[in-house]
Amino acid sequence: MKTLGIIFSNIHERDIPELTKVRTLASVPFGGRYRLIDFVLSGMVNSGITNIGIITKYNYQSLMDHVQSGKNWDLSRKNGGLTILPPFSDESGGGVFNSRFEAIKSVASYIRHSDADYVVMADCDIICNLDFAPALAAHEKKGADITLIVRKKKVNRGDHERLIVEMDNDDRVTKTCGVEGAEGEHMVYTDFMIISRRLLLYILDHSTQWGVTSFSRDILAKVNEYKIYGYQLDGYCVAVNSLADYYAHSMELLNPEVVRELFYKGGAGIYTKVRDSVPAKFTDTAKVTNSMIADGCLIEGEVTDSIIFRGCHIAKGAKVTGSIIMQDSVVEAGSTLNCVIMDKDAHVLEGRLLSGHPTHPYYIEKEGTI
Amino acid sequence: MKKKKCVAMLLAGGQGSRLKALTTTVAKPAVSFGGKYRIIDFPLSNCTNSGIDTVGVLTQYQPLVLNEYIGTGESWDLDRKNGGAHVLAPYQAKRGARWYEGTANAIYQNIQFLNKYDSEHVLILSGDHIYKMDYSKMLAQHVETDADITIAVIDVPIEEAPRFGIMSYDKSKKIFDFAEKPKEPKSNHASMGVYLFKKDVLVRMLTEDDEDPNSEKDFGKNIIPKMLERNMRVFAYQFEGYWKDVGTLKSLWEANMDLLGLKPTFALDGDAWKIYSGNNAYPPALFMKEGSANNSIVTEGDIIAGEVVNSVIGEGVTIEEGAVVENSIVFSGTVIGAGSKISYAIIDENVTIGKNCVLGDAKSSPDRIALVGRDTVLPDGTEIESGSVTEAD
Repeated sequence: MKTLGIIFSNIHERDIPELTKVRTLASVPFGGRYRLIDFVLSGMVNSGITNIGIITKYNYQSLMDHVQSGKNWDLSRKNGGLTILPPFSDESGGGVFNSRFEAIKSVASYIRHSDADYVVMADCDIICNLDFAPALAAHEKKGADITLIVRKKKVNRGDHERLIVEMDNDDRVTKTCGVEGAEGEHMVYTDFMIISRRLLLYILDHSTQWGVTSFSRDILAKVNEYKIYGYQLDGYCVAVNSLADYYAHSMELLNPEVVRELFYKGGAGIYTKVRDSVPAKFTDTAKVTNSMIADGCLIEGEVTDSIIFRGCHIAKGAKVTGSIIMQDSVVEAGSTLNCVIMDKDAHVLEGRLLSGHPTHPYYIEKEGTI
Repeated sequence: MKKKKCVAMLLAGGQGSRLKALTTTVAKPAVSFGGKYRIIDFPLSNCTNSGIDTVGVLTQYQPLVLNEYIGTGESWDLDRKNGGAHVLAPYQAKRGARWYEGTANAIYQNIQFLNKYDSEHVLILSGDHIYKMDYSKMLAQHVETDADITIAVIDVPIEEAPRFGIMSYDKSKKIFDFAEKPKEPKSNHASMGVYLFKKDVLVRMLTEDDEDPNSEKDFGKNIIPKMLERNMRVFAYQFEGYWKDVGTLKSLWEANMDLLGLKPTFALDGDAWKIYSGNNAYPPALFMKEGSANNSIVTEGDIIAGEVVNSVIGEGVTIEEGAVVENSIVFSGTVIGAGSKISYAIIDENVTIGKNCVLGDAKSSPDRIALVGRDTVLPDGTEIESGSVTEAD
């Protein structure tokens, strides 16, 4: 069973404009040393998918710098491996793609050249340690055209761009509809889809003729036309669709059960770019409680309920509480931070007092100084 | 293939018996250091940072962990099409199979490797030392003085000099006296075990030495004295900086402790001279509500619910609630059970320590380190005296 992975690096990034101003959603830093794409990419590799294309649209320097040749995910291969698929725009000036369907259409020749039986499509906003293998096995066993990977989730007002999926006892999808207006617990589509490669190409080839422009509207809604099945994920699986989500899910990493499930489940690790940082150093004055501290940090001050990324310096007398401090940032002496998200290379000078709220964390932009 | 100016040969076959249980199943260069490193990361990173991209690593004693660790050399950017890291194990030849007998013989048996690359110079290194050194500066002096051999020296306290090869040199850095471990040292210039040879000279000297039945086949004891005797061009390269032989439990403990503090005796970071290592996929260290670390190093993958003071904690270590680790070094993958007290101890990889164990004591010293060998499992309530060695069966 050969499988081709396709990862969309940009979809959903309008949800978190702060963090995606200078980067793709895929390269948003998460969990002290990772980028969001590490989860789906590692999940695919750990599931035996070693032929993966990443669709990019814009702002993708940070992503290319992160994945490089794919070596850190064991994807620097002669046969298959990692391919970055930059946007394709022809001379007609039509611009680059605007939807998931247009995006996949723009890489049709890449898919055509693959010899895979199945294509797995995934976004980067989902954080989980996903083994795709059982979902692929279920897809094959049911003889499905399409398998949607779903999770049970409490739907809130204001959620958007998600599909609610209804399934029968045999997991056959009987209805898909938009999440707007819905409330309560539902099966929600993760935007991880398994589709047979032949069917995908067939749809792409006929899309103009059939007027297909959207997966959710023109394909997934036609539950009688296509054999669509659902595959339910259990265990830890969350989506990052706002800065508040980002904050909340970051803080969940302080729970060792979440860490065990996300980073160690079944011996499958989450891989990321190697930075060769030195281990974290704590001085006599350091006080660290309920926090995650990455390599390369120098901790002299107080850190409580926080995530500190690689290479940060928390100076003596600084108090960091409930905050997320990204790579190479500095909090100088005597400053107090509460519910703050500091992007990369940011700097809080001496004696500052900064505070946000979990639903509205105070955000300091990349390379910003306060 | 383009000729190289200099290739390195790294002697990594030593047993390191003074490290006791740490080297029961691994060669000394593969012993852990500083939380996420192994000793061999230092010479390999020095090579890569000095622009030396071809390194033969000579292994012999317990090579499994070392071989796996070196792999393709990728971790140190030494996976090259032309050159790179090569593991050179003793092999069988038509004339028979020989183990490496002495440092010089180990290189002699790999003359084919040297001839293949046919570099102008050959750098001989050992896998026993913690230091950051730019070998390209030594090479520049070596070329400038047209030396047959350049020996890196570091000044040591005179009372320690009898442990080293001691040299005297003139203003031009030419060595006129060399004594291996002298009882009455004439200077405090100690050999660092870093030799830079003209390749042709090295091949000639090694070939000749191999035919000498009275030779111990050792650079310090045989080759260098012979070169001095013949008044060949033997020069010293004076190194300034941190350099530590980690051949004993005490010196290994001290070198780890030298990393601690705001202004450490030996800084791993803060300069462009990065030390590379094999990297594992661990999440950042997680501190629980009761966890703490002071004047310590904590590495990724750790879960700290106990107290860590003046210690170096390796990757993927769990320290449970109420456990106290003081003045100790814990290698990767070890679990320290709730309520256990650890003082002046070195705990090797993948050790499981039960609850309420007592290892070493707070009044001990680096001269009396309690050592626990890799894969050891200690049941709840185990007590281990300071200065003792405990190994897995």
